[in-house]
Amino acid sequence: MQGTKTIQVKDSIGPAKSVSDSKQIRNRIVVNFIAERIFLVSTVSALAVLGVLIYRIITQSIGWLDLNFLTGKLSIFPEKAGIFGVITGTVMLMLVVIPVTVSLGTATAVFLEEYAKKGRVQTLIQTNISNLAGVPSVIFGLLGLTVFGRIFNLGSSVLAGGLTMSLLVLPIVVVASQEAIRAVPGYLRDASYAMGATKWITIKKIVLPTALPGILTGTILAISRAIGETAPLIVLGIPALILRTPSNFMDDFTALPVQIYYWTLDTVLTKEYANLAASTIIVLLVILFIMNSFAIIIRNKYQKRY
Amino acid sequence: MESTKSIRETVRRNINSKKNKRMEKLMPGVLLATALISVLTTLGIVVTLLIDAYKFFEAVPFLEIFSTKLAPLAAEPSFGILPLINATIMTSVIAMFVAIPIGLTAALYLSEFASDKQRKVLKPMLELLAGIPTIVYGFFAYSFVTPFLMKLIPSLGAKNALSPGIVMGIMIIPLVASLSEDAMSAVPNSMREGALALGSTKLEVSIKVIIPAAISGIIASFVLAISRAVGETMVVTIASGSAKNFTFDITRSMQTMTAYIVEFTSGDAGSGTIGYYSLYAVGFLLFVFTLLMNMFAHRIAKKFREEY
Repeated sequence: MQGTKTIQVKDSIGPAKSVSDSKQIRNRIVVNFIAERIFLVSTVSALAVLGVLIYRIITQSIGWLDLNFLTGKLSIFPEKAGIFGVITGTVMLMLVVIPVTVSLGTATAVFLEEYAKKGRVQTLIQTNISNLAGVPSVIFGLLGLTVFGRIFNLGSSVLAGGLTMSLLVLPIVVVASQEAIRAVPGYLRDASYAMGATKWITIKKIVLPTALPGILTGTILAISRAIGETAPLIVLGIPALILRTPSNFMDDFTALPVQIYYWTLDTVLTKEYANLAASTIIVLLVILFIMNSFAIIIRNKYQKRY
Repeated sequence: MESTKSIRETVRRNINSKKNKRMEKLMPGVLLATALISVLTTLGIVVTLLIDAYKFFEAVPFLEIFSTKLAPLAAEPSFGILPLINATIMTSVIAMFVAIPIGLTAALYLSEFASDKQRKVLKPMLELLAGIPTIVYGFFAYSFVTPFLMKLIPSLGAKNALSPGIVMGIMIIPLVASLSEDAMSAVPNSMREGALALGSTKLEVSIKVIIPAAISGIIASFVLAISRAVGETMVVTIASGSAKNFTFDITRSMQTMTAYIVEFTSGDAGSGTIGYYSLYAVGFLLFVFTLLMNMFAHRIAKKFREEY
């Protein structure tokens, strides 16, 4: 019985019987091999562009990126120009963005994960956040221009820029914090309730500390997005003038990406501005690289899986 | 005995604490208020855009808006929006010609062909590409890609639609690749193994099983990519320039909707002029475009998730 069955199977879909069949199989294998190579080349080509980009920017900044460039003031003379004031601008911008996004983002995430009942309010806020994440940054610039710039009369100050940027990156922090809070295991919560702790105490002392690495990682990613974002700041009307180093949050300022933008535009007039732009890009990329490395370290070291 | 007693005391203290009870009543409200800030942001966007866009539509005859002449600062200003929409579509289409084939094949390679070792190297590097700020891509397009393309196409202008289109495409590759790859990885292994067991090659599995099964996720990634390209600002502002041409010639300078907003806010139009209000009309249009596309993408992706 068993023997006949095997023969039947062989008859219907058995291995190649004729020369044409084996040729067809070889063709299919060859096509598969070629396709695999093409796919690999296409993946690597995207990375090759990254290589060219970084190589170009490094070669353009050689001879320009030095200590004087990092500590000097802005100047119309390319040889004298430095970006100390620009770096200060970016740092002060972050001093506004970090506290605002961390507090708003975590609070929103806690509400959505711990308090909101499944229903209209929760769905409304959740869809709203995912839609907000897709709004082009230039639109946030228009919002900032009207609300913070005109209505609150903050002009194009550090505070106006920081608040605009905070709203822009808020969804990133919310989503990351939500995931971190969701990953806190139920038994930790139950243990806390069993000790008579109220919900808020449990959140404050158990949920948030456990979710902290995830929240931190999300925050760092949000901040690095904010550091590189240009359009909202330009829409806010940051002037292309040579500004003093900002000393308080109501001062006008320029940030790294904004300065890159103006220097790139002005390469038509002064060729050397391209070198200044490239050098500023290096500074920006190094900052982003350091921040992302931190995020990865935190994720790998402190994020326990339950 | 001692410890049980102290635990009981802790529990009792926790339950009876007045401060805790007060916080318990207070916190949901406080947290709801902060959560509503994100809703307020959306409302703020819609309201601010609508109010000023309305002033624009009030001042400009309806037919003029659909003309191909855009000259906001001329003595007799004209506010045809078609040049902006045309430029936005042109640059986005070029970007898609780059991003979709490379993104999709990269996703296929990572999901179906690559060994674990290769994936571990390639994926983070693609993510690196996504982490570079758009202004850097703008600089790259203007100072490297345009001069490079000029050698191939001598008639290419210093500002043109082609170069930012290509660079935007490269910028969007990681988005297409990672979202499509997520969709492909979500296809159950049993389907993959079934097809392989029947003697298919990996390519046949990819084309006949994986892509059809993951198609909604893949399409969602394309739609999101288009939405990204439409909303992208810095690359086109720097490399495509500010000429308000209505043209299909991609070697010439043309201004996208986003670039128009940037040009006008950096000081050309005083508050209260029609030019200033036109900014919000363009912004509103851009907001509606991208919102519709994002919602569409989320809807398809959601449908796909329920399948398995």
